[in-house]
Amino acid sequence: MTQRAPEYPMIRSGGVDGMLVSFGDRLSEPANRAALAFRAAVEREGLDGIEETSSTLVSCFLRFDPLHLSHAALQAHLQGLLDSRDWYAAPMPEGRRFWRIPTVYGTELAPQLAQAAEAAGMSVEAAVTSLSEARVRVQALGFAPGQPYLGALPEAWDIPRQSQLTERVPEGALVVAIRQFVLFAVSAPTGWQHVGQTAATLFQPEAAQSILLRPGDEVQFIATDAETLNNMRRDPRGGAESEPIR
Amino acid sequence: MSARLNILRCGPGVTLQDTGRSGGLALGLSRGGAADRLALAEGAALLGQPGAPLALEMAGMGGEFEASADIRIALTGAPMRAAIDGEPVAWHASHLLPAGVRLSIGPVTRGCYGYLHVGGGFEGERFLGSGSTHLAAGIGRALRAGDSLEIGPDTGTETGLLLEPEDRFDGGPVRLTPSFQTELFVQSELDRLQAEPLRRAARANRMGVALEPQGGGFHIEGGRNVVSEIVLPGDIQITGDGTPFVLMAECQTTGGYPRIGTVLPADLPRVAQAPAGAALHLSFVTLDAALEIERAEAQRRADLGKHRRPLIRDPHRMRDLLSYTLISGVVAGNEEI
Repeated sequence: MTQRAPEYPMIRSGGVDGMLVSFGDRLSEPANRAALAFRAAVEREGLDGIEETSSTLVSCFLRFDPLHLSHAALQAHLQGLLDSRDWYAAPMPEGRRFWRIPTVYGTELAPQLAQAAEAAGMSVEAAVTSLSEARVRVQALGFAPGQPYLGALPEAWDIPRQSQLTERVPEGALVVAIRQFVLFAVSAPTGWQHVGQTAATLFQPEAAQSILLRPGDEVQFIATDAETLNNMRRDPRGGAESEPIR
Repeated sequence: MSARLNILRCGPGVTLQDTGRSGGLALGLSRGGAADRLALAEGAALLGQPGAPLALEMAGMGGEFEASADIRIALTGAPMRAAIDGEPVAWHASHLLPAGVRLSIGPVTRGCYGYLHVGGGFEGERFLGSGSTHLAAGIGRALRAGDSLEIGPDTGTETGLLLEPEDRFDGGPVRLTPSFQTELFVQSELDRLQAEPLRRAARANRMGVALEPQGGGFHIEGGRNVVSEIVLPGDIQITGDGTPFVLMAECQTTGGYPRIGTVLPADLPRVAQAPAGAALHLSFVTLDAALEIERAEAQRRADLGKHRRPLIRDPHRMRDLLSYTLISGVVAGNEEI
């Protein structure tokens, strides 16, 4: 099948009220940075007719009211904004933080560590070292409220998603695939491998700051034991500590 | 003191819903809101209320309710057996529910989601401007026996009005626009999607509705390598085994499965209300045609109030016939007036 390589950045419409500005067809650091910066710029402009925006791994999404803002007008506006600078060279967002989140690797709390280590071609001990020393960045929030996609992990962790879903991982589960972590905000089925367990609560609608992690934040999942983690369950942050990134 | 609606018992899928919330997408929170938004508009029209205040969404099964003061109610969406003080009352209509009198709502007779609206709307805890319960995100919870819901001030007085509902409770035509990944599917698969009706499968909830293709699952080459991207309510996601899943109000906000198309918002109530086994006929329309449909639908919903008509009661079913002043002003002819 021959397909012309699509040109990025690319503006596409989806549904009747969605527009997507994508900076690549696969995850890369510059595309992720561009998506975050472009969304921030769209938000700052506050164009009439835009209902809400979000950034995904490589795109900025806009939901708008097509009965009051035409597709053509919005597309032209976004193209103008795209042409105004090199978004791939944009800096990371302001106010980023570095988090340390205590994590139990393996044991019955995270039963897929051994098989994930095997898929990555390492011993279990080497896998724990590799995963717990990695400093990863929140690339996007999505799927469930406050739930981060984090990366990039070392190349050895470019392991596929499972073809069969795990029926359910608990809230706070740290799962791995395709050089990324996802830290589950809710209990849900997943095709990613459950290698760690945290006590972090990622979304609290009643709190002043309803989400714990923001895109651009960096995280290290520090190894701990089950008893220490259990004691941290009383803490709404699950023992997570942060400091500003300057 | 404001009126309250007390829940004496109810089915497992009763939640407070409005049109959902905006601004959560960036947090990973989908809009949520009523599965059938048209039913919200119908309830608001019947009670003559602006906007779409919080109403009770009842999935499959209703419950037993009592109000602490006389209140106005409207019943919309999937028809359910309903009675006030044991007397059957019409669905798609507004009624007076006197204080302390039992309102009983049974199972759906067609469709999936019935709605109970009250004059003044329900009060509820708000997050991002909406009181909608979002079960998947843990915002609010399903209601249960013993819950007591506060009702806002009601400025209206009319009851006994009926609205002919748009028939959307047995499947039927569903129109789609292309989605971000539609072009990843070959034309023959897009043709097949539109050629045969898809049956609604058994799995369905506020997050998504599974469909059963008759000619086997839908496939694309390299479908597992799609980078996780934004998901919209109405998107038809093709899962690993080729099953189409229509994503609904409480869907996830991102996903790695390719989406073959997106159901028009105007037709989403038909998908939500299709009972298991109902046939849905999918067809793509152009974006321009879709916008025209949405514009007309918005106008139609705004005009619903004009189509209300008085509910005519059947005298044979009026147990309390003698309590009505059926004829007034009768004179014998010899009274001194």
